[in-house]
Amino acid sequence: MAGKTLFDKLWDAHVVRGDPDGTTLLYIDRHLVHEVTSPQAFEALRLAGRQPWRLNSIVAMPDHNTPTDPGFTTIADPVSRLQVETLDANARALGLRYFPIGDARRGIVHVVGPEQGATLPGMTLVCGDSHTSTHGAFAALAFGIGTSEVEHVLATQCLIQKKAKAMLIQVDGQAGPGVTAKDLVLAIIGKIGTAGGTGYALEFGGAAIRALSMEGRMTVCNMAIEAGARAGMVAVDDTTLDYVRDRPFSPQGVLWEQAVTAWRDLRSDDDATFDRIVTLDAATIKPQVTWGTSPEMVVAVDERVPDPAREPDPVKRAGMEQALRYMGLRPNTPMTEIQLDRVFIGSCTNARIEDLRAAAAVIQGRKVAASLKQALVVPGSGLVKQQAEAEGLDRIFTAAGFEWREPGCSMCLAMNADRLLPGEHCASTSNRNFEGRQGAGGRSHLVSPAMAAAAALAGHFVDVRTF
Amino acid sequence: MKAFTRLDGLVAPLDRSNVDTDAIIPKQFLKSIQRTGFGRYLFDEWRYLDHGEPGMDCAERPRNLDFPLNHPRYWQVSILLARENFGCGSSREHAVWALDEYGFRCIIAPSFADIFFTNCFKSGLLPICLPIDVVDKLFRQVAAKPGYRLRVDLPAQTVTTPGGEAFGFEVDPFRKECLLNGWDDIGLTLCHADDIRAYEARRRQEAPWLFA
Ligand code: SF4
Repeated sequence: MAGKTLFDKLWDAHVVRGDPDGTTLLYIDRHLVHEVTSPQAFEALRLAGRQPWRLNSIVAMPDHNTPTDPGFTTIADPVSRLQVETLDANARALGLRYFPIGDARRGIVHVVGPEQGATLPGMTLVCGDSHTSTHGAFAALAFGIGTSEVEHVLATQCLIQKKAKAMLIQVDGQAGPGVTAKDLVLAIIGKIGTAGGTGYALEFGGAAIRALSMEGRMTVCNMAIEAGARAGMVAVDDTTLDYVRDRPFSPQGVLWEQAVTAWRDLRSDDDATFDRIVTLDAATIKPQVTWGTSPEMVVAVDERVPDPAREPDPVKRAGMEQALRYMGLRPNTPMTEIQLDRVFIGSCTNARIEDLRAAAAVIQGRKVAASLKQALVVPGSGLVKQQAEAEGLDRIFTAAGFEWREPGCSMCLAMNADRLLPGEHCASTSNRNFEGRQGAGGRSHLVSPAMAAAAALAGHFVDVRTF
Repeated sequence: MKAFTRLDGLVAPLDRSNVDTDAIIPKQFLKSIQRTGFGRYLFDEWRYLDHGEPGMDCAERPRNLDFPLNHPRYWQVSILLARENFGCGSSREHAVWALDEYGFRCIIAPSFADIFFTNCFKSGLLPICLPIDVVDKLFRQVAAKPGYRLRVDLPAQTVTTPGGEAFGFEVDPFRKECLLNGWDDIGLTLCHADDIRAYEARRRQEAPWLFA
């Protein structure tokens, strides 16, 4: 009999019951909750006269809507305020573990979960947010759900699921200098497409993935959803255990030893079979920049904006033409000639301490281009912010002309006051370049933190390897 | 949940691939804590020429007359014909609520994003995958014939054109059953509460750190 994939192991350990047609009741260990996708679920639960099944599985915090102005005390937008207050009230009424505004531990739910050790290897973890795939970096089965499913997990601690297929994305070799986890995952999406992973759970493996820090692995898994996969994951190794050890929610003492023994098995068996295997060579991957309105519309920084005239598939060609119109770009323009209006370093993809260090290393002692309207750094959590300040990174950013903000989702989705104006081009370390994502009419280009930093200094994209 | 059995509905085309949930309902409308009120902001950035904000009266807003839903021939639609990877991006169920409230009961596309696909069933919307060449054909027929309708038969799992041509589609048996009966998942799952408790008791032994 063939061995098991990591996904098989995680799945099998969480099956409460299965029907012959494959419909499975899957147990959920950890439920992360934020203000945008939970109010209707809490309300429906209350109306049905139900209680949360297991309160201590839940960790809640506001992130999407929260202001990031230094030292803010209130939310000016009354609609946003009501949403955050609704989460405050639900957390209080039910006695949830909660990191409200003002708590140093608060931040983007996908940064805070791992930071607190609320994300552990071997868990099933869900959140009403598609980037929940981030937590798969810890050899967890983590995926985003809609509000009805949030309610379902609150009420039953389970989800009704059918098992996805398994895909291995094997990134061999060694990434060159200046090529980061973000570049690897953008190259992967460029290769398999934004729907390439639909119906699959992805496992990222190979030497280049093994060589990544946990921050890097989180960046890669974060964008599994941009390849269409609900979940992405990486096997456990010492890097995982070193990160998880001694976090506030992590097991201690005897329990830690017991957990580590179990976690060591969280990798695909050598003879496991996958439904699909994709391989890439990290050595051939260059720093990536997106040019269009889907993360698959990506090229290396030393390339040019593609020409739709050369695309044989008519639907794809129409998509490219539409994207170029929206982005205000002409075919064959060198990527390095795209002039920028704003730069955003933040989001659950790239706002961890390592990301801020990488950006600061490029910026140190230099100045943001005078042509930029704004350059923003938004740390992923209050603790990332504190750590960065302890290392003096905030001063490197502010001396260069960056704004240094409070944690939150911020310009990743522009639900708060941070946003692009119509027509503005932005180098962004976030994960989505959809039309209007960072503000109506805004034009987003996804890049790594180092590339965003270099672009901020130059006012246009530059190859960070030769900068 | 609303039940879905059969539908004879007017079809509107949306000829773009990778339509994401940000496009279906832009983020500013997600600040609402209600489950309703999203239909008038469906495809807001494409439907209107100005920038929409929650609470706006849409009757007064300038419309983009190139957008199909603004064309009188597509008023009173209940079936949306779309392209690959429909509903990609964010997990926001608000996208489904907006489509539902606008009047859509069924979406036909060559493929859907996973989370969106699951969310549809929770509001009694039926997402149907048909092969690309069939979808292409339907796009041509819709364009050619004002008042174009399709008949969707969930029990028989068929989509039938006005010309009588029928295409079969797949649907998960469990989801089909729930849709046909308008069942609520949570109620069904709680019938297995004893199984959930038994699972928890076993897991507490095997992996006690998960319950701290
Ligand atoms: S940072 Fe962006 S992608 Fe991440 S959870 Fe917030 S809005 Fe979603």
